[in-house]
Amino acid sequence: MCFPASPAEVAAAVAVAARHDRPFVARGSGTGLSGGATPVGRPVVIVTTHLNRILDVDPAARVAWVEPGVLNLDLSRSVSHLGLHYAPDPSSQAACTIGGNVATNAGGPHCLASGVTAAHVLALDVVLADGSIAQLGGLEPDQPGYDLRGCFVGSEGTMGIATRVAVRLTRDPTVVRTLLLDFTSVEAAGATVSGIIAAGIVPAALEMMDAEITRAVEDYVGAGYPRDAAAVLLVELDGLEAGVAAQVEEVRAVGREHGARSVRVAADERERALLWKGRKSAFGAIARIAPDYYLHDVVVPRTRLVEVLLEVYEIAEEQRLTMMNVFHAGDGNLHPLIVFDAREPGVWPRVTDAGDAILRACVAAGGVLSGEHGIGLEKRDAMPLVFGPDDLDAQARLRDAFDPWGRANPDKVLPRGSRCGELGVVPEGAWV
Amino acid sequence: MGVTPDAEQAVAAAVGAASTVVPVGAGTQREVGGPVPTGTEVGAPSGIVAYDPAELTVTAGAGTSVDELDAALGAHAQECVLDPRDRRATLGGLLAVGLSGPRRLRYGPLRDRVLEVRFATADGRLVRGGGPTVKNVTGFDLPRLLVGSFGTLGVLTRVILRCQPRPALSRWYRAPGEPDAVRAACLAPSTITWGPDGTRVLLEGHPDDVDAQAAAAELVALPDDGPAWPDAPHRGRVSVPPGQVRQVGAGLAALDGVVWLAEWGVGTVHVGAATEDGLAAARGVATAAGGWLLRESGAPTLDGFGVALPASEVMARVKAAFDPTGKLAPGRLPIPGAGVAAPGVVSGGRIGGPARA
Repeated sequence: MCFPASPAEVAAAVAVAARHDRPFVARGSGTGLSGGATPVGRPVVIVTTHLNRILDVDPAARVAWVEPGVLNLDLSRSVSHLGLHYAPDPSSQAACTIGGNVATNAGGPHCLASGVTAAHVLALDVVLADGSIAQLGGLEPDQPGYDLRGCFVGSEGTMGIATRVAVRLTRDPTVVRTLLLDFTSVEAAGATVSGIIAAGIVPAALEMMDAEITRAVEDYVGAGYPRDAAAVLLVELDGLEAGVAAQVEEVRAVGREHGARSVRVAADERERALLWKGRKSAFGAIARIAPDYYLHDVVVPRTRLVEVLLEVYEIAEEQRLTMMNVFHAGDGNLHPLIVFDAREPGVWPRVTDAGDAILRACVAAGGVLSGEHGIGLEKRDAMPLVFGPDDLDAQARLRDAFDPWGRANPDKVLPRGSRCGELGVVPEGAWV
Repeated sequence: MGVTPDAEQAVAAAVGAASTVVPVGAGTQREVGGPVPTGTEVGAPSGIVAYDPAELTVTAGAGTSVDELDAALGAHAQECVLDPRDRRATLGGLLAVGLSGPRRLRYGPLRDRVLEVRFATADGRLVRGGGPTVKNVTGFDLPRLLVGSFGTLGVLTRVILRCQPRPALSRWYRAPGEPDAVRAACLAPSTITWGPDGTRVLLEGHPDDVDAQAAAAELVALPDDGPAWPDAPHRGRVSVPPGQVRQVGAGLAALDGVVWLAEWGVGTVHVGAATEDGLAAARGVATAAGGWLLRESGAPTLDGFGVALPASEVMARVKAAFDPTGKLAPGRLPIPGAGVAAPGVVSGGRIGGPARA
């Protein structure tokens, strides 16, 4: 394991790995949820947390060059005096690094309107698996040739290691309004989500929390969430005065039409922060219920949200597990949260069986395996649920074009045997 | 031909069987980039496959025209921001050349709108990349790989695009001052153009907000559809870091017979020249400013790109991985080592896609 302090040291570490034909794995803060940065097969672990400088901020161009170990929230804080922010805001933003965000193509509540990490990364300096350095993308709007920048973002460390990242900064909106709507059924909340989108509104964020998590959060932080709600929606609208005011009324009307018991509009910044504190404290809150949790991340078409959510509850019942749901409803991104105590005998197989069943339910509804956490090790072997052999073969070809030596975080994302003609099982010890 | 699995399979079979493949759409982007080779022309099926306004996504054959897509989405007050000059352009054609329209300043580049692609591979298979949902990190990003690949990695057959609600009002203005002042005064202008005739602005949104922003930036509404985009026998598109646009403008202004208009805040400068030499001189201006010029039309003896591809070793490996024999659109992108398909292998046939006028 090494902690390089400069891009040259990253390149040197990769070159050493190459010379000894050893795999290497880049790692940031280790907040990933799919095992993408988990070392497998005794790799060289290259930790980027010492590469933590914000190198340059250009307020006119709204671009910042940062090192990969910069924390997501630190970046936004450092440019807030300029009226700018970095839009992707994963729940772990106080701890996760930009490099990790690039690897997983991270999202967050505010990616509904503004897009996930790939839409905010303009250019990258990367160390490729042979130790060479390349710049992918650029500050000019178009580059000749293939969009290698676009391929690299979300490649989970399998195409190289980013040592410098140019990110797009977003101007703070003039007006922000945050609403809390409360419902007596998840169906009503789900119908409201569809109704908002169908009304031509794309909120800045559109979050849903079900009964269990709402109660847990309220007991934990006292954000003023209704403890008896079957579901609440947290809706954030931003932009300019008239448009936002009109949308607040439209969201209120859509909510009422679908039976919202109350629609609370945060009166000031303090109340708005409190409503968000509830949402962002969800994972702290559940620690009071049970010591362990398994957080899932799947996406379904937004119109199938309720149907899949009800299926998730059935799965929980079948496996006798506590399942809570706090998620990005606006883009159909479900986060079923299984809360359990790992010391309970026989619980783990039920947890993993439930996870498998959730994946299958989502795929059956036309969904995908991950919206923002990535595939990593966790879902690697589920990839054939959504991709055929030819699809996986194409992805393997792309990965191999970046790293023909198979050294950059091998064994992640794609199941063994993805490349057509490749042996189904890699001989034991091939890269150990 | 409708967008059916059979139609897509037919495209894949045609691609697999041909020795040199020339993907074709409506022909509106034919002169962009490297020259179109001779070979078997293959078109994609056209038509809307699925469109649910509540999903804000649309599935369509790659041969579908922007006009047709506009009509379908417009019926539900939605749009997919593509904005080619010639709306007969097909989705596949725009994706292949990676053309982001002039509203990029607000809505981002084309590549951010592509959720899923299906394409025919060089060896005649159909491959799907990405996924149908608006958010997805399942596997590697083949859609972005295909955007701007000029047909050299596969022939697009079907795509899923992200849509958005149409703004209640879109209005063009003239700005009295500097484009940076407009950018500071307006939260999210859709376009700011800057050129010899000054600064123009497109504002979109709630009518009251549009009015308020226009007042704050002292804009003057004009009853037109915006500035005229440079038109001339020889055209190109400059790409420079946005901070370099002023330098490019000054350089282009000094050239005879060259018309130009910049997208402020983006770094795209549209250039038209009366002569091929004029466009070559404009390319010199772009290069000196740290950018490059993509030939869009005319200028037949000018190189399509005028620059070496960055990270060319990786690009060459990508090309070899998807098209080991170099049969897909040879010459359209200057990939080192990809070579040019053997000449004289012209079947001249045309398989699939809408009939071309």
